[in-house]
Amino acid sequence: MSKRIELKSLDVYYSSFLAVQDVNMVIEPKAITAFIGPSGCGKSTLIRTLNRMHEVIPGARVEGQLLMDGEDVYGPDVDPVRVRRQVGMVFQRPNPFPTMSIKDNVLSGYKLNNSKMSKTEAEELTEKALVGANLWNEVKDRLDKPGSGLSGGQQQRLCIARAIAVEPDVILMDEPTSALDPISTAAIEDLAVELKEKFTVVIVTHNMQQASRISDMTAFFNIAGTGMPGKLIEYDKTEKIFSNPGQQQTEDYVSGRFG
Amino acid sequence: MATSQLQSTFQGTRDLPRWVSPLMLVGFFLTSFFLQSALASGADSVEINLVPVAVFGLLGYAVTLYVLSRIVEGVRKATDRLVTTLVSTAFALALIPLISLAYTVVTNGVARFDMEFFTFSMRNVVGEGGGALHAIVGTLEITGIATLISVPVGILAAIYLIEYGRGTIARLVTFFVDVMTGVPSIVAGLFAYALFVIFFGPGVRMGLGGAIALSVLMIPVVIRATEEMLKIVPNELREAAYALGVPKWLTVLKVVLPTALAGIATGVMIAIARVIGETAPLLLIAGFTASMNYNPFDERMMTLPVFVYTSYANQGVDMQAYVDRAWAGALTLMIIVMVLNLVARLISKYFSPKG
Repeated sequence: MSKRIELKSLDVYYSSFLAVQDVNMVIEPKAITAFIGPSGCGKSTLIRTLNRMHEVIPGARVEGQLLMDGEDVYGPDVDPVRVRRQVGMVFQRPNPFPTMSIKDNVLSGYKLNNSKMSKTEAEELTEKALVGANLWNEVKDRLDKPGSGLSGGQQQRLCIARAIAVEPDVILMDEPTSALDPISTAAIEDLAVELKEKFTVVIVTHNMQQASRISDMTAFFNIAGTGMPGKLIEYDKTEKIFSNPGQQQTEDYVSGRFG
Repeated sequence: MATSQLQSTFQGTRDLPRWVSPLMLVGFFLTSFFLQSALASGADSVEINLVPVAVFGLLGYAVTLYVLSRIVEGVRKATDRLVTTLVSTAFALALIPLISLAYTVVTNGVARFDMEFFTFSMRNVVGEGGGALHAIVGTLEITGIATLISVPVGILAAIYLIEYGRGTIARLVTFFVDVMTGVPSIVAGLFAYALFVIFFGPGVRMGLGGAIALSVLMIPVVIRATEEMLKIVPNELREAAYALGVPKWLTVLKVVLPTALAGIATGVMIAIARVIGETAPLLLIAGFTASMNYNPFDERMMTLPVFVYTSYANQGVDMQAYVDRAWAGALTLMIIVMVLNLVARLISKYFSPKG
């Protein structure tokens, strides 16, 4: 399952501060969409609105429409918890649950929600998710050891396994490799490319090479100055953004003239 | 050429051999001791005061070591040695009352630390014999009930303050917790007494009242400790759980609390240790008695601190028997607190996040 996400004149506020203004875009299913742009331009804020995670911050709210396969994510009867079950998220810093074993971490989406499952089901699911996250071979002999004993890159793949174990439609990655070394980064990038076979993948990155390597579509965000809202400047196929962008700002950014 | 120059820049002066400092310490203390005893024998007295021995020994050691080190090792290392001496002295000074207290309680308490002490009450005992079973039972019951009241209230209040509380109410709660932390224990006792007088009339004495008074003292300590522990649970873990579609209450229950459990357990044990030795409020509301009373909902109930106090304050004919019982009671109380601390350590070792 993977879903098409439509953003229609979306504004994101922190209390009265407009953080991201008037974003219109369609995120395609079974593809990787990369958000690039300088720090503070609202990429992370925007990706967090996709699964209503920004609501965790008091005063954060959204105006406009966010449709997932035509369904309004911010509709009046929508439970943010249900949204988050369909939209998985991987964070900047790997954050496995320190009190849980590797296996429990993979199953945490179920265990924390008090879902019952049989032992064989749990084992199958663990293996499937860990294989899906390219981590199975490294950890299959120590599934009962704590997840915090893994290396940073392995922890991040554990977090991805945790996210895909609940079989979401969309996977959001907020700078998933910024805390990792190049080898782990390569592993995560390969994984992201595999994941797009099944999921809609959205990735925020500061690394333009990364965006050009793995993404199908790229969205460039920019900010006019401090205290101004971030805006979507250009959204197009990745090749176009990096070879022949339509906007001067985009060209300046991808060619390294600023940011 | 270049390498030898480099080496010479990094080479410091010579170090004093490792054995110099401890040898000097022992040497100066011995010298100081013999000097004192020589002076004392001149004054025709056998008693040697250990305080001047320690002071002069230490002074001699610190000054000589500093000078010697300054000559041989240079200014930086001499200062280092001087400060090390100062810090170690401060540490030893802090330890002296602690060790002295433990030693006094153990040596005095061991006289009556026998089977009878743990199997008998003081009913119909005058003079020798008797025990503190009634006080031990009372302390365990009253502190136990106080813990049962304070821990849920304290932990839930802390969860409210950290995870949910916003705005005026949260600030008010925080303010009152701060105020309650400073409430004198006798005021807590008076509060419990006044509260029970409303329902049972004047002159009421009841173990439960003592438990209420103790929980008034305990709750703010539990809240503070739990708050601190919840604050250090990284926000990323909460976000990780939210991102998996876990509702907030389950996140708190299954992610935040287990992560903080070890610290909370330690905090609770500290809170218990803080109230288990309270005397004043229990004297007021739980009263004192020489008889067994297992029922905290009726009649006077003895507790260990009150037992120690009354044994010492109202000595009977065989004075030594009363004093011995007081010390044995104090020793028992100390052992209970120590056991609680050990339990807390085991809990935090067993539950703390591994990795």
